[in-house]
Amino acid sequence: MPDPLLELRDLSKNFGALTVTSDVSLTVLPGEIHAIIGPNGAGKTTLIHQISGTLRPDLGTIRFAGQDVTALPFERRARLGLARSFQITSIVPGFTALENVALAVQARSGSSFRFLRPVANEEALNDEARTALDSVGLGRVADRSAAALSHGEKRQLELAIAIAMKPRLLLLDEPLAGAGPEETERLIGILRELRSRYGILLVEHDMQAVFALADRISVLVYGRVIVTGMVDEIRGHPEVRTAYLGEDALA
Amino acid sequence: MSMLLVQALNGLQFGVLLFLVAAGLSLVFGVMDLINLAHGVQYMLGAYVAATLGVWTGSFWLGALLALPVALLVGLALEWLVFRHLYRRDHLSQVLATFGVILTVEEATRALWGSAPQTVLEPSGLSGGPMGGVEIVPGLIYPTYRLVIIGVGIVVPLLLWFLVERTRAGMLVRAGATHPAMVSALGVDIRRLFTIVFAFGAMLAGFAGALASPVFPVAPGMGDTVLILCFVVIVIGGVGSIRGAFIAALLVGLLDSVGRAMLPDLLRLLLDPSSARQTGAALASMLVYIVMAGILFFRPAGLFPGGRSA
Amino acid sequence: MTAPLRKHALALATLLALAAAPFLGFGDGFALSLLARAMILGMAAVSLSLLVGGAGLVSLGHAATMGIGAYAVVAFDAAGISEGLIVFPAAIAAAAAYALVTGAVSLRTSGVHFIMITLAFGQMAFFTTSSFSSLGGDDGYTLYARTEWLGTRIMDNRLTFHFLCLGLLALVWMGGNLLLGSRFGRVLRAARENPQRALAVGFQPYPYRLIAYVMAGAVGGLAGALLANATEFVSPALLSWTRSGELLFMVILGGVGQLGGAILGALAIVLLEESLSHLLVYWRLVFGPLLVLSVLFLPDGLIGAPLRLRAALRFASPKRRNADA
Repeated sequence: MPDPLLELRDLSKNFGALTVTSDVSLTVLPGEIHAIIGPNGAGKTTLIHQISGTLRPDLGTIRFAGQDVTALPFERRARLGLARSFQITSIVPGFTALENVALAVQARSGSSFRFLRPVANEEALNDEARTALDSVGLGRVADRSAAALSHGEKRQLELAIAIAMKPRLLLLDEPLAGAGPEETERLIGILRELRSRYGILLVEHDMQAVFALADRISVLVYGRVIVTGMVDEIRGHPEVRTAYLGEDALA
Repeated sequence: MSMLLVQALNGLQFGVLLFLVAAGLSLVFGVMDLINLAHGVQYMLGAYVAATLGVWTGSFWLGALLALPVALLVGLALEWLVFRHLYRRDHLSQVLATFGVILTVEEATRALWGSAPQTVLEPSGLSGGPMGGVEIVPGLIYPTYRLVIIGVGIVVPLLLWFLVERTRAGMLVRAGATHPAMVSALGVDIRRLFTIVFAFGAMLAGFAGALASPVFPVAPGMGDTVLILCFVVIVIGGVGSIRGAFIAALLVGLLDSVGRAMLPDLLRLLLDPSSARQTGAALASMLVYIVMAGILFFRPAGLFPGGRSA
Repeated sequence: MTAPLRKHALALATLLALAAAPFLGFGDGFALSLLARAMILGMAAVSLSLLVGGAGLVSLGHAATMGIGAYAVVAFDAAGISEGLIVFPAAIAAAAAYALVTGAVSLRTSGVHFIMITLAFGQMAFFTTSSFSSLGGDDGYTLYARTEWLGTRIMDNRLTFHFLCLGLLALVWMGGNLLLGSRFGRVLRAARENPQRALAVGFQPYPYRLIAYVMAGAVGGLAGALLANATEFVSPALLSWTRSGELLFMVILGGVGQLGGAILGALAIVLLEESLSHLLVYWRLVFGPLLVLSVLFLPDGLIGAPLRLRAALRFASPKRRNADA
C-alpha cells in the first residue's frame, strides 16, 4: 500500500458552541479520486478550508506528502503541491485566460522578484500555460479576457490553473456545481484523465458523477465521517441512506 | 502629582470630544460603508455656529443649543448634495469627493468668518455668572465646564448604547450595517435609514464642536486634526464598534494630553533642557501614532474587531 | 500604430509637449517654474499611481515621502552640504526608509484601514517636521543654495532644470510601466484583483506590496528633493494631508488604469490651481466643487471624459430618443 498523499487524523473544529468538524480521519492515495459527500450543512466546505489552510483546525493533524502541514499557511501548502479550486470560481478577471494560468506556472518557475523584463514575452511560461489550457479544452480562448468567459469556462479555467501548478493533490470544491449536462460530461472526462497524474479529493453533490468517478467515498454528516468505502459499499450503506432520506439518487 | 491629575482630566475631556465625533464617523462607515473625510467640517461648523450664535444671543448655552439643529440641517444638505451619490462608489472615490467637500467648506468658512480664531462667550453657570471651578483635590481647582464635558462623555455613550442596542431604530441600524439588502427587502426605506444615520452622526459632531468651542481655538483648520485623530481612534478601536471607539478615544485623548505634558520632562532626565523640549514636542506629536502602529502590528483589525470588515 | 504605442500615446504626447514647451512661448521664468512644479508633482503622482492602480493600495500619505526628501535637502543645507551626490541619494534613502517602516505596519491592513493608517502616518511626519525648530519649524526653511553637482551649479539654470526634471519624469514613467509588465508586476496586479487567487497559486502579496511601497516612497523622495530645489523653500505644509489628497486627485483625474494619466492629471491640477488662485481670492470655492463634480461624474478621469460626453449628448438628442421609443 503506497504512502498516502494526504492524511487527516482526528481533525476537529468548533465555531463557539457549534461543532463543524468532529474527529475526521481519512486518507487520499496517489492516483485515486476520493470523494466527500454529505447532506447540506455537513461541513464539507469547512473541511476543505482546513485541508487547504484557510482555516486552522482546533485539534488533529494534517499530513501532506509526508510532511505535517497543520501549521502551514494557505500559500505554503500551495507551494508544496496542494492545489485547490473554489466553490465560487476565483480567477483574476482582468487577466486573459492565458495570463491566469501563466501566473500559476510562474509561481513555480524561479523568482518573481524580477522587475524589468516583460513577463508576457516569457515563452516558457506561455507554452506551459497553453498546454494546461488545452488539456481542459480552453485552448481557443487563451487570449480572451477571463471576465468575458462563460461560467462553465471559468470553472475549466480554475482547473487549468490548478493543473498548471503541477500539484501533487487536487482539492476540488464542488467542481461540477452549476454545470449543465454537456459540461458535466466534459469535466468528468477531464477529471478521469487527471487521476492518473495526481491524487484528487473532491467534494460534490452530483451523485451520478461521484459514483462514476470516485474510487473511494467518505460520507460526512454533521461534521463526522460516518463511513469510508468503495462505491458499492456506500451505495448500500443503511446509515448513508438515512442521512440522505428523500434523495432519489441513492434509491 | 496634581499636574498629572489635571492632564489626565484634560485627556479625558479631549477623549470625550473625540468619541462624539468618532462615533458618528464609525456609524456612517458601519452602516453605509462610507468613508467620510468631511466629518471634521461638521465639528468645525458646530463650533462656529455655537460661537456666533452665542455672541448674538448673549448666552453660550443658547448658542450651543441652537447649533444642534443647524448642524443637522447642514448634514442633511451635504448628504442630499454629495454623499448619497457616493454610497455605491469605491472608497477611493469617497475619499476624494469628501476631500473636495472639506476644501470647499473650509474656504467658505474662511470667506464668511475670516481666518482668525473666533470669540467665544464664557459658558455661564447656574447662577448666571462664570462657571468657575471645582476643588477636586485639596488645593487643586479644575474648571467646572471641563467636568461638564466629561459628564457628557459618560451620558452620551450610555444613551447611544441604549439607542443602538435596545430600540427598534437601533436594531434597524445594526441590521443595516451587516445586511442592507435584507433590511431593504423587509420593506424598510433604506435610503431614509441612511439619511437619518448620517444626519445623526453630523449632529453629534456638531454638538462636539459646540462643546469644544470654549476650550479649543475656533479656526478653519480645527476639524482636520480632530478628524485624523478620529481615524486613529476608529482604527485602534475597530471599525464599526462603538465600544471600541469609546475606549480608543479615551486612550488617544490621554496619550495626547499626558504625553505632551510629561515627555519633555521625562526627556530632561536624559538630555539638556532645550533638546528635551524639542525632542519632547516631536515625540509627543508622534506618540499617538506610534501607539497606533504598535497596536495595529499585533491586531490589524483593531482592539474590538467585528461588524463590517474594511 | 503598434498596440503599446497606442496605449501610451497620450502620455508620450504630453512628454513631447513638455519638451517643446520652453521653445513655444513657455520659456520665461514663471512658466518654467510652473512646468517644473507640474513635472515634479507628476513624478510623485506616477509613483502613487503605481500603488493605486497597480497594487490597489490607496495611500493618503504619499506627500510625506516628498516632504522627507525635501527635508533631507534642507537638513544637509543647514549643515552646509549641498553636493548632489550626497544629498540626493540620502533624500531617496530617507524616504524609502520611511516607506519601509510605515509600509511594514500599514500593509498588514487593507481597504479603509489602510487608507486611514497612511493618513495617520503622514500626519505624524507632518507634526515631526513642524517641531524641528532648527529647520524652520512651522515657518519653513529657505535654502542657502540649490544642490550642486560635483561643484557645478547646473540646477540653477532654469532650462537645464526643466529638462532634468523632464528626463527623470520620463524615466520614472517608463520604469513604472516596465515594472507593471514584469513578473513582479504580474503578481502585484493579480493580488490587487484577487488576493485569494494569488495565495492559491502560492504567492503571498505582502512582500511584493511592501517592495512596491518602498519603491514609490523612493520616487517620492526624489521628487521632494527636486521640489526643494525648484522652490528653494520648504515648509511642513508640503507634508500635509491636503497635499496627499491632491496627489491622489492627480492620479484619479488622469485615469487610474494608466501610469501616464498621472502626468496629465498633475499638469491639469497645477495649471488649474494657478489660474484659479489668480482670478479669485477664495479660489478653493471653485476648485473644491470642481473636484467633487469630477469624482461624481468622471469616474474614469479626464481620459474618459470625451466618451462620457458623447454618451450624454447621445442620450439628450431628440433624434436618438425618438429612435429608441
